[in-house]
Amino acid sequence: MLLDALLLQVLNGLDKGGAYALIALGLTLVFGTLGVVNFAHGALFMLGAFCAVTLEKILTISTKVKDESITFFEAFKEVPILEAKFPVVGGFIVDYSVPFAILFAIPIMLAIGLIMERGLIRHFYKRPHADQILVTFGLAIIIQEIIKHYFGANPIPQSAPDIVSGSANIGAVFGLGDNIVYPYWRLIYLGFSLSVIGGVFAFLQFTTFGMVVRAGMQDREMVGLLGIDIQRRFTIVFGLASVVAGLAGVMYTPILPPDYHMGMDFLVLSFVVVVVGGMGSLGGAVLAGFMLGILQSFASMNEIKSIIPGIDQIIIYLVAVIVLLVRPRGLMGRKGIMED
Amino acid sequence: MSKKTTSAWSRRDVLKASAASTAIAGAPLFFTRHAYGAEYLNNPGSNSTVTLGFNVPQSGAYADEGADELRAYKLAVKHLNGEGDGGMMNTMQPSSLKGNGILGKKVEYVTGDTQTKSDAARASAKRMIEKDGVVMVTGGSSSGVAVAVQSLCQDAGVIFMAGLTHANDTTGKDKKANGFRHFFNAFMSGAALGPVLKNAYGTERNAYHLTADYNWGWTQEQSIQASTESIGWSTAQKVLTPVGAGDFSQYITPILNSGADTLILNHYGKDMINSLTQAIQFGLRDRQVDGKDFQIIVPLFSRLMAQGAGDNIKGIFGSTNWHWSLSDAGSQAFVKSFGQEYGFPPSQAAHTCYVQTLLYADAVERAGTFEPCEVVASLEGHKFDGLGNGPTEYRAGDHQCFKDVLVVKGKENPSSQFDLLEIVEVTPRAQVEYPVDHEMFAGGDLGTCNNGV
Repeated sequence: MLLDALLLQVLNGLDKGGAYALIALGLTLVFGTLGVVNFAHGALFMLGAFCAVTLEKILTISTKVKDESITFFEAFKEVPILEAKFPVVGGFIVDYSVPFAILFAIPIMLAIGLIMERGLIRHFYKRPHADQILVTFGLAIIIQEIIKHYFGANPIPQSAPDIVSGSANIGAVFGLGDNIVYPYWRLIYLGFSLSVIGGVFAFLQFTTFGMVVRAGMQDREMVGLLGIDIQRRFTIVFGLASVVAGLAGVMYTPILPPDYHMGMDFLVLSFVVVVVGGMGSLGGAVLAGFMLGILQSFASMNEIKSIIPGIDQIIIYLVAVIVLLVRPRGLMGRKGIMED
Repeated sequence: MSKKTTSAWSRRDVLKASAASTAIAGAPLFFTRHAYGAEYLNNPGSNSTVTLGFNVPQSGAYADEGADELRAYKLAVKHLNGEGDGGMMNTMQPSSLKGNGILGKKVEYVTGDTQTKSDAARASAKRMIEKDGVVMVTGGSSSGVAVAVQSLCQDAGVIFMAGLTHANDTTGKDKKANGFRHFFNAFMSGAALGPVLKNAYGTERNAYHLTADYNWGWTQEQSIQASTESIGWSTAQKVLTPVGAGDFSQYITPILNSGADTLILNHYGKDMINSLTQAIQFGLRDRQVDGKDFQIIVPLFSRLMAQGAGDNIKGIFGSTNWHWSLSDAGSQAFVKSFGQEYGFPPSQAAHTCYVQTLLYADAVERAGTFEPCEVVASLEGHKFDGLGNGPTEYRAGDHQCFKDVLVVKGKENPSSQFDLLEIVEVTPRAQVEYPVDHEMFAGGDLGTCNNGV
């Protein structure tokens, strides 16, 4: 029984950690390249989620038809045009709106990232971190309020495709009984986050572009002296981080119905992840993301909470405090960072 | 020669003057009840308008309810001012409302966003009382907020007409003389649900509670546990979850190994939508435990939540204060009026807020003054009908309304996007009634009313 419970909490931690890692990866990438502490990064995660919402709204544009079942007053029900005109194809497209939203979100998030960097962030490269935090935090609030204005304050549920809306009996597959079941979409999310993380690492590791970026992260001045326009590449990296955060948001919508505030909820945790992993360390962000996700899940177990009530709410911050005290540069941070 | 003493005032003159003075001083009391001009906070005096404060969550976990509450308040103001079709003003009995505002003063309102947070709600209510000069604050959707604002109104000296607040505490340990609740409470939900659950699921069940970690969640958990244990069920585990947790997976997975065959979700609003959706994603309703189908119960239901949760709500039992499909004249008048205004039926949150506004206005009319203590006296023990819940009484001892309670179930085959809940039983008032000093409501003191002066 306890083994089942532990396994389930590991899975919970991995899928939550996947989201933390994806957001933290972008955060630390931007910090490592541009030296900017971007508090608007959570807003990019939220904007990605709203790309999925927007696409679903476009696909389900409806006509209003009188609702005959209501006699008290004139009520209307909405009939989606696409599904009404093309029941099979239309129904399929609407059912798969979240996966389709990935394609929809990539160019949008890239454009948003580039505009954000060129239009605002670049003016703050040489300013103190406090200025960067203030301006990006302000930007995050503005983005939030814009989304709230157009989409309202309430969460907007998004469905996973019908075929993956159930749960997998993992226990039965591995001969561990029927108590280890896990939703398909959460497993897909875990696989997706691992793929994106792998893709980003491969891009930085095995392409010339990535090599230059890594060199720039080590010594920006030297790369510039070699005649390489490192600034342009860093701008593209900002766009890439924006896409990664956006995709994390798109895929998270069937797990957590998006609302305007979701970015801020994740941002704080993701910053803790970056600090624990080490500012500017890509591997550290991923490691800390999964580690803290799993720790948070374990801390939510009744057995643990009965010993230390409320530990599920503070565990992440507790770890951050310990890491900052014992190893200020984080688990995999470069020597000197946050240590002076 | 004796000197005759003369005076401008004879004994007879003094007596006449005294009688006249007494008559003049007494005249207002004779002609107009309570018109002796006692001062009180935000007295509208000779103004042609009076301002009410609608303090609702426009953001945060209960924003859905807040938006609907605000719609209802606006409709109530319209009706009080003699505009529109009058809604429930036509069915309310007894009624002193005339459709010319309140005491002839046009009703105006200010709104505030509680953000579903106690501190923000108190700041907003304070602003309404101090800056906007409201005579009454109303609103709800979170019991934590309701208790905080009720206490502020008590201290400030204005009336608080609670909107949607379901915790026992609101009219239990945190009750205040200036506060009144029309909405039902967690104890009533438990009392109404118990017999229905016994009929539907038998007497041998093992329940697992997931509970929102604030006063409403705690009192609902306590009430439902008492109710289910009284029908023979056992309680496997009670787990507190943070409000607005979003992802409840780490709280749901332990249920799989707990041996429980029933999940009771003491969540509301966005939290309930998320936890129910995720519980179903984890396949709980497809499970069997010791030969019994796993069941989920949501003790406090609302149609707005049902809309957010979609198909997941089907077949799930809960209780509600009111439902738009009720066929009594009051409910129909309100649904018609609200539907014509906004194009969809009102929620239970909208209903209770609309009713509270009318009840306040009626109490002021009967008292003949906005003076808070007179309004309190006018509401205490007031019996009324025609507002959608059948005969109802504002009990003087705790300012809680007593009326029938609805047990509902998520409809399997809804006929429209609003037709999501079916009424399983109308539990009579006698079955949900309790003494003022019941242990779940003990510890508080109503105190005395405060008029702010």
